[in-house]
Amino acid sequence: MSSDLDLLYSDVEDDLRSSVRDLLADRCDPTVVVGLYDGDRSLVDALWKPLAVDLGLTGLLVPEDQQGAGATAREAAVVLEELGRAVAPVPFLTSSVVATTLLLEADGDLLPRLATGERTAALVVPLNTAPHGPIPACSVDAAGRLTGVVSAVAGALEADELLVPARDADGTLSLHAVAAADVEVTPTVSLDMTRQLARIRLADAAGRPVLGDAEPSIRRALLAGAALLASEQLGIARWCLEETVAYLMQRHQFGRPLGGFQALKHRLADLSVGVESAAAAARYAAAAVAADDPDVPVAAALAQASCSDLAVTAAEEALQLHGGIGMTWEHPMHLYLKRAKADQIAFGTPGSHRARLAELVDLPGAGA
Amino acid sequence: MTITAAELRERVAAFLATHDPATMDRMEFLRARYDAGLAWIRFPEGHGGLDAPQSLQPVVDEAFRDAGAPDNRARTNGIGLGMAAPTILAFGTEEQKRRFLRPLWTGEEIWCQLFSEPGAGSDLANVGTRAVRDGDEWVVGGQKVWTSGAHNARLAILVARTDPDVPKHAGLSYFLCDMTDPGVEVRPLRQITGEAEFNEVFLTDVRIPDAQRLGEVGEGWKIANATLNQERVSIGAGASARENGMIGTVARTWREHPELRTPELHDRLLRLWVDAEVARLSGLRLRQKLATGRPGPEGAGMKLTYARVNQQLTGLELELLGEDGLVYSDWTMVRPEVIDMTGRDAGYRYLRAKGNSIEGGTSEILRNVIAERVLGLPPEHRVDKDRPWKEVAR
Ligand SMILES: Cc1cc2nc3c(=O)[nH]c(=O)nc-3n(C[C@H](O)[C@H](O)[C@H](O)COP(=O)(O)OP(=O)(O)OC[C@H]3O[C@@H](n4cnc5c(N)ncnc54)[C@H](O)[C@@H]3O)c2cc1C
Repeated sequence: MSSDLDLLYSDVEDDLRSSVRDLLADRCDPTVVVGLYDGDRSLVDALWKPLAVDLGLTGLLVPEDQQGAGATAREAAVVLEELGRAVAPVPFLTSSVVATTLLLEADGDLLPRLATGERTAALVVPLNTAPHGPIPACSVDAAGRLTGVVSAVAGALEADELLVPARDADGTLSLHAVAAADVEVTPTVSLDMTRQLARIRLADAAGRPVLGDAEPSIRRALLAGAALLASEQLGIARWCLEETVAYLMQRHQFGRPLGGFQALKHRLADLSVGVESAAAAARYAAAAVAADDPDVPVAAALAQASCSDLAVTAAEEALQLHGGIGMTWEHPMHLYLKRAKADQIAFGTPGSHRARLAELVDLPGAGA
Repeated sequence: MTITAAELRERVAAFLATHDPATMDRMEFLRARYDAGLAWIRFPEGHGGLDAPQSLQPVVDEAFRDAGAPDNRARTNGIGLGMAAPTILAFGTEEQKRRFLRPLWTGEEIWCQLFSEPGAGSDLANVGTRAVRDGDEWVVGGQKVWTSGAHNARLAILVARTDPDVPKHAGLSYFLCDMTDPGVEVRPLRQITGEAEFNEVFLTDVRIPDAQRLGEVGEGWKIANATLNQERVSIGAGASARENGMIGTVARTWREHPELRTPELHDRLLRLWVDAEVARLSGLRLRQKLATGRPGPEGAGMKLTYARVNQQLTGLELELLGEDGLVYSDWTMVRPEVIDMTGRDAGYRYLRAKGNSIEGGTSEILRNVIAERVLGLPPEHRVDKDRPWKEVAR
């Protein structure tokens, strides 16, 4: 447990935030985002190119000698806050955080190509796979051919390279790269269409070996994903809070602004305390990953156990406090509710992270 | 002398002896059932009932179901049966009851509720839709919003302002509005589930005969509140059997998926099972209390619990389902005929349940109702209450 980790934002991080926010304000309007639910995915590419290439976000976690920016999880977390705030439908978390972290330990030329944004990759596990849980894997034969079906994979629709965990006859878990074009990738109608899932079917697919004994690396990548997802959740919660405060200042009923009713002021005060607490948990997780601190497992589980629920609470409160308009398709609130709820399940539910914490901080349950 | 269950069963049997559901036209059968007083038995004789206790209604419904008789598809007319009918019964003239109740019960005429407006949601008394007297008619103009099922409705209960010169609560009147009037325009309003369950309704020079005014001019607020109290009871105290409603749906998911269970989810589910069962008993108790009178604000508590439990249950169900909780059945925009809160997939249930704490009075407003009208706590400071409606800034 490191109390010397900086939990605030540096000037560099603030600058990064404003350039991402400006770009998203310009190109990621909610009225366009909602089109994803009716099958118009054109925004994904239109947004990803400038984020990846113009702002160079894809290389944040990649060392400079591999064509990356040599930044850390702290900066990636700030990007995720902004992406959450705009419910942006881009594969930053899946490719630039999870797949990139995974490839940091592998040889080959895929990492620099991810860094420059030339290629995009995804780890082929269900989105709800927890860093500490079982890792669903395909099977691989002696000739390196892969077989299996994996559902609820995030980032696969946007990826050109799929990173497939597979077990051989001895049960060893290894990692293989497969060109997305060579396998069956079926889009799934998802609760959160701003991070649409897919079902991957591999039938004797030819893969290139990436990592031999891959389990520790896969867990580390999922842990980074879980730790940084908390920042996305923080971004969602902040937006919901700010939007609701603004709305209740302006909306009048009973001849006065609704925000003046004490019952609602208390609700928003509670929510703002929640959001500030989430900021502490999310920043600690990001800083711990950035520093490769031994407390990362606790930091990630703590962040997921708190920020997941907080983002859902924020979205649910925001919807409620908007009244009828919050239940409509035309108001962006539902985009945040759907993302928050899917994020709560992503990388393990809060309950599963609390169970993990029980092990990590030695608070065994009854009968253990 | 109140009628007994056995006597009711005999009446149904006698009715069925002369009305064979297998050969009769469905609507003819339902009309005859109504005329025999075997529709809603708590209603008076002559209006589809027998002045019998509501608690015996299931006896009649089951007897008809067992005989394979058609029912009135109550789910397609929730607003008619749950809100319009009891309000018409309480405040309508004999002529109005005769004209409207029978086709309402049989489902020949579906109803919707034209109360809320963009500027009048929680503050329903702020309704700005105007009704101006013109001889034997009223000419109505304004905009309504969030009107569930307006696209299927033949008639509507409507609250409109008949006098802008008096304080807001005093200037409202209550009408029964024909939705086929050429001045009524219904536009779909899509909801977070993807469906367009509710609508915007634009009223332009809609003509309503004075004979379709319910209650006195200026009594609209009182009658609207009676409707809302009915609505809350019918929403909150609806289910009667154990594990009816959302708890049954989520319990089924739980039983079907032993591989997904965790101690944490188990504890949460059991708490909600207890809440749902206690709520069911409270509903039972409330209905026994109300057997004689009209519902007052007591239904507010039922509806509060109903909304909370539904929302917590559906949220839990998605967490339980994990991978399957991340999918959705279909986002296609449709205009549904029935609203099925417990139907479709878990994602739909989660999203739809969010409306439970908004429709029929928000949970915040219901807390105010309990605090002020049940507990008698002083109301919040209000600037708009005693001034003429037209002078209050909006
Ligand atoms: C699914 C659905 C179906 C509906 N169907 C119908 C229908 O068929 N017919 C119809 O007429 N209407 C219908 N409604 C409308 C519903 O009755 C209104 O949405 C509701 O009354 C709230 O009004 P509003 O949307 O204007 O919210 P607002 O009144 O603007 O409220 C916004 C928020 O402020 C809170 N608030 C308001 N006043 C206070 C206060 N004094 N103290 C504390 N908090 C307060 C509210 O609880 C809410 O959280 C439906 C709504 C939904 C969601």
